[in-house]
Amino acid sequence: MGAGHAHRLYRHGHSPVHRLPPHTKLAAVFAFVVVVVSTPREAMWAFGLYAVLLGVVAYVARVPSGFLLKRLLIEVPFVAFAVLLPFVAQGERVDVLGLSLSVNGLWGAWNVLAKGTLGVAASVLLAATTELRELLLGLQRLKLPPLLVQIASFMIRYGDVITDEMRRMKIARESRGFEASGIRHWGVLAKSAGALFIRSYERGERVHLAMLSRGYAGTMPVIDEVTATRAQWSSALALPCTALVVCLLGWTL
Amino acid sequence: MHVPDGFIDAPVSAAAGVVAAGAVAVSLKGARRELDERTAPLAGLVAAFIFAVQMLNFPVAAGTSGHLLGGALAAILVGPYTGVLCVSVVLLMQGVLFADGGLTALGVNITDMAVVTTVVAYAVFRGLVKVLPRTRRSVTVASFVAALLSVPAAAIAFTLIYAVGGTTDVAIGKVATAMIGVHILIGIGEAAITALTVGAVIAVRPDLVYGARGLTVPLKLRVNGELVDAPAAQPQPVAARSPRKIWITGLVTSLVLAGFVSFYASASPDGLEKVAQDNGIDKKTEEHASSDSPLADYGVKDISDARLSGGLAGVIGVGVTVVAGSAVFWAVHRRRTEDTGPTAVPQQETV
Amino acid sequence: MDPVTPSLDVAGLAFAYPDGHQALFGVDLRIERGERVALLGPNGAGKTTLVLHLNGILTGGAGTVKVAGLPVGKQHMAEIRRRVGIVFQDPDDQLFMPTVREDVAFGPAAAGMKGPELEARVRKALEQVGMAEFAERPPHHLSFGQRRRVAVATVLAMEPEILVLDEPSSNLDPASRRELADILRSLDVTVLMVTHDLPYALELCPRSVILSEGAITADGATAELLSDDELMRAHRLELPFGFDPRSVSAPTR
Repeated sequence: MGAGHAHRLYRHGHSPVHRLPPHTKLAAVFAFVVVVVSTPREAMWAFGLYAVLLGVVAYVARVPSGFLLKRLLIEVPFVAFAVLLPFVAQGERVDVLGLSLSVNGLWGAWNVLAKGTLGVAASVLLAATTELRELLLGLQRLKLPPLLVQIASFMIRYGDVITDEMRRMKIARESRGFEASGIRHWGVLAKSAGALFIRSYERGERVHLAMLSRGYAGTMPVIDEVTATRAQWSSALALPCTALVVCLLGWTL
Repeated sequence: MHVPDGFIDAPVSAAAGVVAAGAVAVSLKGARRELDERTAPLAGLVAAFIFAVQMLNFPVAAGTSGHLLGGALAAILVGPYTGVLCVSVVLLMQGVLFADGGLTALGVNITDMAVVTTVVAYAVFRGLVKVLPRTRRSVTVASFVAALLSVPAAAIAFTLIYAVGGTTDVAIGKVATAMIGVHILIGIGEAAITALTVGAVIAVRPDLVYGARGLTVPLKLRVNGELVDAPAAQPQPVAARSPRKIWITGLVTSLVLAGFVSFYASASPDGLEKVAQDNGIDKKTEEHASSDSPLADYGVKDISDARLSGGLAGVIGVGVTVVAGSAVFWAVHRRRTEDTGPTAVPQQETV
Repeated sequence: MDPVTPSLDVAGLAFAYPDGHQALFGVDLRIERGERVALLGPNGAGKTTLVLHLNGILTGGAGTVKVAGLPVGKQHMAEIRRRVGIVFQDPDDQLFMPTVREDVAFGPAAAGMKGPELEARVRKALEQVGMAEFAERPPHHLSFGQRRRVAVATVLAMEPEILVLDEPSSNLDPASRRELADILRSLDVTVLMVTHDLPYALELCPRSVILSEGAITADGATAELLSDDELMRAHRLELPFGFDPRSVSAPTR
């Protein structure tokens, strides 16, 4: 699961979706996923409609389907889990191609796959159309505690710096002929991790000094504000609202 | 272990969200107390470190590898409050930026991987450090045990959450066996790496290991050639009592809230199971679901009602989370705004 | 401001770290307005410790520090930090905000400035270092030399009384080094430059002081200090191969 973290999902663009204020998009995606999760799994057609809705958003945002599908790979570990469900779940069993499968497990697998995939797809679309900086501003606008936003902001700012340091340490190790290949090398890797922690922490202290030197007194000054008009809110919320209609139909039909 | 959307049902996800929000709010306060205005840069950098270290793959055997979860490591190195914050922020960012872990499952993920691992690891660690002789070796041993226990503890927490809100009926015994079994193995790796890493840090900068603070000798100051007792170097008031009180209050509050939400939500039957039962899919399922589940007495009502109420419960549950979470954050935020006066974030009107 | 008030007046400054290591043993240093002074000294001489006293990050030892007549102490900390602009050695420590613009705005915004006034201040500071077109970039997408220039801008935006640079030429390629020198020369501000780069000191600073073992041991015209072989050797200061300060025409101001 580690490898997927290395590259950013953002795709530069100027579509209407890109232009929406970040907090409206965050709220919309969150509401959409909540609606998806609350949908009964028997209403298979509803999930199809959700997928269509996301497809429309992807089209408007000019996010190519290949990009979207590739990013869905992050879900693979859970696909593996879902595949197991029909074998381990209890309840009435059906025979499919000579295998005895649990009906309930099949439903469960479908449920996890459908909802999980839609959730990942919605998040990928959000990340693909919103810059990091904007996401943080959006979270801040949605009243996430400022301290948490600041921590996230420092994490993003220094994530690359520290990952780079880690990569350089790896190159240094490998240049000296070290190749981690088993448990006996854990000590060396842990030493690297320890050194990385010390570097990170000391950098944190230096950053703090630099902040103090420029008048930091415990609160970050607000430099950027994001605001949204009613129209922007309504276009962002069109997605979850449509989904809600589908969901309610799913419950009543 | 990043749980995706749809794995845990809506009401329980919401309840976990409340627990997570409460724990994060408490940690924000605690971390501020420990780190003062250094919280943001230090916790941010430690979060970046955890983020990076999760990418560091440790070869296990024959081509397989594992990676550090980091909860125990964070707790021991920077303390439980900052640890919870760092891991939570990492999870939040992974969810929002990399679609790793569902947005609705964020509460579950934070409760499980940030709160349970960190708190268990820290409690075990402190307990052992108190009991064992005051040496660096004890710190390493304590780190090992703390990390070893923290991972299966998270697995148990996950199993409990799954028992209450899992969307598929797998016998809880099976889930528990599989989860805990696998995670004891993972825990051994986590423990070895954590202990070695803590050992590496303590060899170079023992002052940076939060959990080992009691082990350092009091400092002296040389003023014009004379040795004088040093004043506290940096603001590091580990005020033992009040944060603990806050912790307990926060934990109890969020648990009560969570309990309330899930009780409310589960008072009406979960639509999915209801459908399964009514379709007569299996009697055994029902038995198992109810005998294994702590929420044994699901009321059985009319179908259409049940469907609607199930869905409504989900929506209401999530709504309650959002409201409760914001209330907690709002309270914290308000307090801080009052503390800091004019430089604080002004509230805006435009929506 | 009264022209006879020096920008910086350090008297009898002594300091020991909590671990018992004493770094400063009575530093006396007076810098007049508009002067450019190089602070030279071997590793471990206490240069960084001295710098951290100038804006009150380290306090509690003996002696006094006054910036433009204002004593460094708890009661004027915000004003002191606005007046003393420290540019740290690693621009990654200094540039902690997500974009260049926000980073430059941090200091003035922390001092309560906002709106168009803040924008104007940021633009001016970025123009002074020739980085105006990079305002919206994240710092980690800039070259090292560009980051160093932005770091200078973050401090200039506070319109400091005195600019303190910690190893400004380290890790710069020759072109970036010259560009930075041009920028520093163009500024009308008091400069204290901590450096090991003796030719750079000679190029930019008419006056130098040598800090050795926690005290100022030499103070004079840079060219004269650098030409005093005895003094240089005594303080582990070495000129680059082939560089003769007597053959270079030193700046007059």
